[in-house]
Amino acid sequence: MNPLLHSLFPNIDWAEIGQACIDTLVMLGGSLIFTVAIGLPLGVCLFLTARGQLHARPRLYGVMSLLVNVLRSIPFIILMILLIPVTKALTGVSIGIRGAIVPLVIGAAPFFARLVETALREVDRGVIEASQAMGATTWQIVQRVLLPEARAGLVASATVTAVALVGYTAMGGIVGAGGLGALAYQYGYNGYKPDYMLVTVALLVVLVQVLQMLGDHLVQRYSRR
Amino acid sequence: MIRFSAVTKSYRVNGADVPALAPVDLTIAKGEVFGIIGHSGAGKSTLLRLINLLERPSSGQVFVGDRDVTHAQGAELRALRSRIGMIFQHFNLLSSRTVAQNVAFPLELHGHADTARRVQELLSLVGLTEHADKYPAQLSGGQKQRVGIARALASKPEILLCDEATSALDPQTTASVLELLADINEKLGLTIVLITHEMDVIRRVCDRVAVLDAGRVVESGAVADVFLHPSHPTTRRFVAEAEHEEGRGPDYSGVTGRLFRLSFRGDTTYAPLLSQVVRDTGVEYNLLAGRIERIKSMPYGQLTLAMRGDNLEAALAQLRDAGVDIEDIAR
Repeated sequence: MNPLLHSLFPNIDWAEIGQACIDTLVMLGGSLIFTVAIGLPLGVCLFLTARGQLHARPRLYGVMSLLVNVLRSIPFIILMILLIPVTKALTGVSIGIRGAIVPLVIGAAPFFARLVETALREVDRGVIEASQAMGATTWQIVQRVLLPEARAGLVASATVTAVALVGYTAMGGIVGAGGLGALAYQYGYNGYKPDYMLVTVALLVVLVQVLQMLGDHLVQRYSRR
Repeated sequence: MIRFSAVTKSYRVNGADVPALAPVDLTIAKGEVFGIIGHSGAGKSTLLRLINLLERPSSGQVFVGDRDVTHAQGAELRALRSRIGMIFQHFNLLSSRTVAQNVAFPLELHGHADTARRVQELLSLVGLTEHADKYPAQLSGGQKQRVGIARALASKPEILLCDEATSALDPQTTASVLELLADINEKLGLTIVLITHEMDVIRRVCDRVAVLDAGRVVESGAVADVFLHPSHPTTRRFVAEAEHEEGRGPDYSGVTGRLFRLSFRGDTTYAPLLSQVVRDTGVEYNLLAGRIERIKSMPYGQLTLAMRGDNLEAALAQLRDAGVDIEDIAR
């Protein structure tokens, strides 16, 4: 081990940090995929069924909207504990990397869905009307008009969601999900090892920074206005 | 080609029905350019959208071709819409697609083969071949509207609806877009229905016009008739706007003789009619106002004269015989 590193951070086991980084990335990646897979269609449904939209179903919208709001208003740490039976049923484990993904997705998907709905509302109504006038089906409008036209906004929404998920994974650490958050909590906070706290937080900052830059870059690329 | 039969439309606003269109009866013939003029809120946008059923009538029937399309749904509705192109005031192009991809869009929707060739054809028709790979944000307003027109024509429609298509354009661009529309109407035999709040647009391209006021058709007919002899106050206001006559109109109180408005149409516009009548009858005239322009391709002139002399009646008769329309204007 590098003597300088060792003298600066005397308590740190770098192999453990490395494993924690991988765990965090796995949880982030896995939950982001499922969050988008569930949140995107849900967001499209919210958009389409809202009053005055293509398939206005005020009652259905009301039910979906309430569900989204309920899930969004439960603090993530509580949601995780509440969901333990569901997690167990779905993955066979109640906690750990795999187990954390279930509450992460259920916590983040409604959030992402709401952002998707907002991004779709930014699409020019005139463009939708023009597509209808050309005889497009609703599915064609979703696939060929709404999603491509809102692409920049959707990528920005995914970026915000990914950053929020980084925070959630860290919280997951407290109840045993593993990853950088777990190290910060166990060694840094409970174990009074400030160097652990510093390194894990620094790595989380870097992760968020990278995600944001990547997202901004893609938004820039997809903006055609 | 298009027929409205006792069509009404009302909107529910805060639980009350607000009428947008009084019963409208209107027939638009195949191959003509039909203009609907009205102030904002007169219902012209609603009327236009009833043709491709972006709006549904509250009562009455809409016919396109010989078919009653009032209740068209699903596949029937989409097939109808693919036969009706539409262009918009704000162009409504897809910002994430290039010019060529925008034009290809309706072809994709209906699964046409040989899209690339058709797109090429359309782009050359509207003069945008070299801009095929640009995005709408890189184009000027006039170019965007040309993309809109190419896109609207892609699926070879029989009808083209123009929703204030030139209202967002400067006068010069407006002229070139109107020229393109007239050209398309002639070349492709397309029926064009356009709505506008500018009489000048009507004068330049339309064959017939309907004047809409508060949801009611208050005047309709051939553009020359409506333009030269407007009868409803709303129509008169539109005509006055087109002639840049504002305010209370001219004051002729100091002029002697009787006042007449002479309307010439077609070839008589360019004939030396007035000087001949003056020579034959010895009447005197005083030219107070006048203009000589075109309605679509037909030249017309309208002169306001004060006339006096012993043979006044004979002079008027001679002018009438030559096809000049004479209105006696009371002061």
